[in-house]
Amino acid sequence: MQFMLLFSRQGKLRLQKWYVPLSDKEKKKITRELVQTVLARKPKMCSFLEWRDLKIVYKRYASLYFCCAIEDQDNELITLEIIHRYVELLDKYFGSVCELDIIFNFEKAYFILDEFLLGGEAQETSKKNVLKAIEQADLLQEVSGGGQIGLPFHFIC
Amino acid sequence: MPAVSKGDGMRGLAVFISDIRNCKSKEAEIKRINKELANIRSKFKGDKALDGYSKKKYVCKLLFIFLLGHDIDFGHMEAVNLLSSNKYTEKQIGYLFISVLVNSNSELIRLINNAIKNDLSSRNPTFMCLALHCIANVGSREMAEAFASEIPRILVAGDTMDSVKQSAALCLLRLYKTSPDLVLMGEWTSRVVHLLNDQHMGVVTAAISLITCLSQKNPDEFKTCVSLAVSRLSRIVSSASTDLQDYTYYFVPAPWLSCKLLRLLQCYPPPEDGAVKGRLVECLETILNKAQEPPKSKKVQHSNAKNAILFEAISLIIHYDSEPNLLVRACNQLGQFLQHRETNLRYLALESMCTLASSEFSHEAVKTHIETVINALKTERDVSVRQRAADLLYAMCDRSNAKQIVAEMLSYLETADYSIREEMVLKVAILAEKYAVDYSWYVDTILNLIRIAGDYVSEEVWYRVIQIVINRDDVQGYAAKTVFEALQAPACHENMVKVGGYILGEFGNLIAGDPRSSPLVQFNLLHSKFHLCSVPTRALLLSAYIKFINLFPETKATIQEVLRCDSQIRNSDVELQQRAVEYLKLSSIASTDVLATVLEEMPPFPERESSILAKLKKKKGPGAVSVTELEDSKREGGELNGGGDRGPDTAAMAASNASTPSPSADLLGIRSAAPVGAAPASAGSLLVDVFSEAGPIAPSAAVNDDGFLRFVCKNNGVLFENQLLQIGIKSEYRQNLGRMYLFYGNKTSVQFASFTTTVSCPGELQSHILSMHLCTKPVEPLVEGGAQIQQVLNIECLTDFSDAPLLNIKFRYGGALQNLTLKLPVTINKFFQPTEMTSSDFFQRWKQLSQPQQEAQKIFKANHSMDTEVLKAKLLGLGTALLDNVDPNPENYVCAGVIQTKGQQVGCLLRLEPNAQAQMYRLTLRCSKDSVSRRLCELLAEQF
Repeated sequence: MQFMLLFSRQGKLRLQKWYVPLSDKEKKKITRELVQTVLARKPKMCSFLEWRDLKIVYKRYASLYFCCAIEDQDNELITLEIIHRYVELLDKYFGSVCELDIIFNFEKAYFILDEFLLGGEAQETSKKNVLKAIEQADLLQEVSGGGQIGLPFHFIC
Repeated sequence: MPAVSKGDGMRGLAVFISDIRNCKSKEAEIKRINKELANIRSKFKGDKALDGYSKKKYVCKLLFIFLLGHDIDFGHMEAVNLLSSNKYTEKQIGYLFISVLVNSNSELIRLINNAIKNDLSSRNPTFMCLALHCIANVGSREMAEAFASEIPRILVAGDTMDSVKQSAALCLLRLYKTSPDLVLMGEWTSRVVHLLNDQHMGVVTAAISLITCLSQKNPDEFKTCVSLAVSRLSRIVSSASTDLQDYTYYFVPAPWLSCKLLRLLQCYPPPEDGAVKGRLVECLETILNKAQEPPKSKKVQHSNAKNAILFEAISLIIHYDSEPNLLVRACNQLGQFLQHRETNLRYLALESMCTLASSEFSHEAVKTHIETVINALKTERDVSVRQRAADLLYAMCDRSNAKQIVAEMLSYLETADYSIREEMVLKVAILAEKYAVDYSWYVDTILNLIRIAGDYVSEEVWYRVIQIVINRDDVQGYAAKTVFEALQAPACHENMVKVGGYILGEFGNLIAGDPRSSPLVQFNLLHSKFHLCSVPTRALLLSAYIKFINLFPETKATIQEVLRCDSQIRNSDVELQQRAVEYLKLSSIASTDVLATVLEEMPPFPERESSILAKLKKKKGPGAVSVTELEDSKREGGELNGGGDRGPDTAAMAASNASTPSPSADLLGIRSAAPVGAAPASAGSLLVDVFSEAGPIAPSAAVNDDGFLRFVCKNNGVLFENQLLQIGIKSEYRQNLGRMYLFYGNKTSVQFASFTTTVSCPGELQSHILSMHLCTKPVEPLVEGGAQIQQVLNIECLTDFSDAPLLNIKFRYGGALQNLTLKLPVTINKFFQPTEMTSSDFFQRWKQLSQPQQEAQKIFKANHSMDTEVLKAKLLGLGTALLDNVDPNPENYVCAGVIQTKGQQVGCLLRLEPNAQAQMYRLTLRCSKDSVSRRLCELLAEQF
């Protein structure tokens, strides 16, 4: 996968993850172009489209569009399910996730994504395992958030 | 799952985000952001040391602002500080900021790498994962340099936690993609391959992406993965849906891993080991069988996951292209999907079938679905699906169904989306040509194409139909009759007029027997379109008219009348005017014999690859596969004796003047190679252009470098002059950049036509002076008598060089083509910066440059005045500093300077020792680069 974008029905970018090196200018250009293309499509149209030399796979969940760019030999249907699994992960973590959760906790959305996909490839597809990793991180957060500065971490995992 | 601890400390962030969301306008948002940026900046700059929490909060705010699309130019340092925090959250935010915002800021990357190194060696799996995620996210070369050797160790070490292994595998993959030269698997190869056997499904899922990528690059080293992959796949495929616990997704066991395994196998040919192959075929059959079973769930996720595996299996079957049974089963399965109610499946089935169509085993099976595909082309509501259907029709086309498919594509064209029309036109043109049994069908098809989608018919397409008609005499009469009829339409496309003009000009005689298409009727028909056409088409028509005069002497008077009228002979377009004048004269002066020779029928075009194919190949897309295939079959069969990717007009030029070297490249190629400001002649000289380039051609002069050496020590002056033309230059240089103004003066009282100039860099120089481009203003193609035109040349010196760039000038004076090549006086010394220094400095540096190759010396006879002032002026003109009181001998001259190239600076010292008595000089140069010493010595030896 080359990149993943989350944007709202109004075209506001909510999350962007790039797995190939691109300049900020190029990223903005791509985002603008794709958001426009995808938003222009009608509901019953197919979830795939050719764009430049990439394949775009997208799906809408409530007010949010999830949009992935994959390469020629990549599998469209399994990418659709990557999107779905990510949505499930967010849903489970936030408890019926909505756009606002992602806006206010964008850093969490990134952390969850990094546990699931790394370098554009599935790292861990088990929902349990991904959530376990995030839970453990949250646990660390609470422990260290208690003001115990400088304590070494010698537990967890 | 506990609800998220929403207020886990960063209240300030939440408040800020709400503020932004409450902004009513873009301006308000920007104002709020600027306020926040100022606040953060002052906090970061403030005297009070910030605690980790505040730092984290502010860094997070900056990240948020960046993700909103604003530029962030500070805070990187604070983020890097967070990396070494002991608190997990602070570290995590630090890493997130770095992953999103740092590309390869060289100053910070060392600090970042240090922090990563610490975390990697911490043996705390959570920290290790964070560090690996960061490497995978940034993936810069610097990181590859620092960690590419460490990560494989982590990946295969026995005591590494599973989660760390997963991150390490994908981290390594990312580094391999950015810097393959730095990731050396060597000793690790076999242990990495054996990760396919790992008990932890997550580890296998991550590792297989790495293995696939490495296998693509080094298939031999990794080939043991094939049997491991087959057995892993076999275990998954035969497992019950509950066996794999959390790796089962909507009743489908490990769909991601299955797809990746099937993908990995596509890097290799079918397994040679019979047992392995048997097991694999079994797997593929099981997957195909499962597709027929009733679904275990109604959820779309279930069918998507299941079908993802199915499509990947079909890809593998197509990749092997050796199991007829499996290929046909795959085709039948896809056939079912063609009518599925899920748009996604129809789309994918069409796409996948496209590749099946090219297999000899399944081509026939694919063809049976023609009606469904045609129906899809007509009824699909989504254009991307229709596009797939058109691609598939193109791929499944052969002699048996060509007429049907071409007809369907033509009728689809009438309503096709604008975005795909041009490609459709090319495809129809190719199919019509490839499967033409009778050429009248071919001609009809192309003319229909022009009628339906004239705007999308590119030059290649209409050139091609003309080439084919010219090469096939059995179709010429039919073609003439058909274009004649097509031109009857009250509104016909300009491309139709072009084809019509050309064909009637060549073969109008074949239909002239019929009184309804007598010569005059033909002429009047063509001429009725004349005024509505663009200049190039009118030029073509004029040539068709002169051909008429030859074919039908009875039209001579009428046509001469037309040529003679003011709108032709005084046309403001010079090309049209010239043709009118020349054709008029030709028709009145030349004898019938001469006329017949000059205006003879076009000779056949040589057999060449179709330029349409070339064009389609340029347009990428799923059709590309079948294009290659089409090409192959063409090479073998050679179904058309037409050919030649020269456009008709280049051929015309070649025919009309045998002494002109006939360029065999595609016309388009010639045009794109033409310099900016090329004369319109190339666009207009259609058919016959008797006078163009027919005059005595000035020998394409050897390079003239008379003026060149005079400009080593000066920047302005007259570079070249003969009876016709004077070329003056003015130039200025600063550091490694230069700008040269070229002035071309016409010394005669007659206009120069088709005046073009090109600057080129000979061989070696090309890589040295790169942007030697003509400035935006190209020269005017016409230089009036007595006039002068100017051109600007921008120069950038990238590294030192010896050869000068060449300036080529072509123009027509009277009938004769003038061709002139000059060496432009751009020499390495132009990029000198003078350096003042004291005597001791000079000699100290002189000694430092003491290697024999750094010095160049020449002793030579004086050719010019040895007067001190003259010498001084020359040495100053060289660009160096002339140093006084440096040489103990006051007769001698010493100079110092630095040559500025983009890549480096070359220090140069020079000493010139005149011997007035002997009328000799000794010149010595010492430079930090030996090639510069030599070159300067050569240049200067001619100056004194």
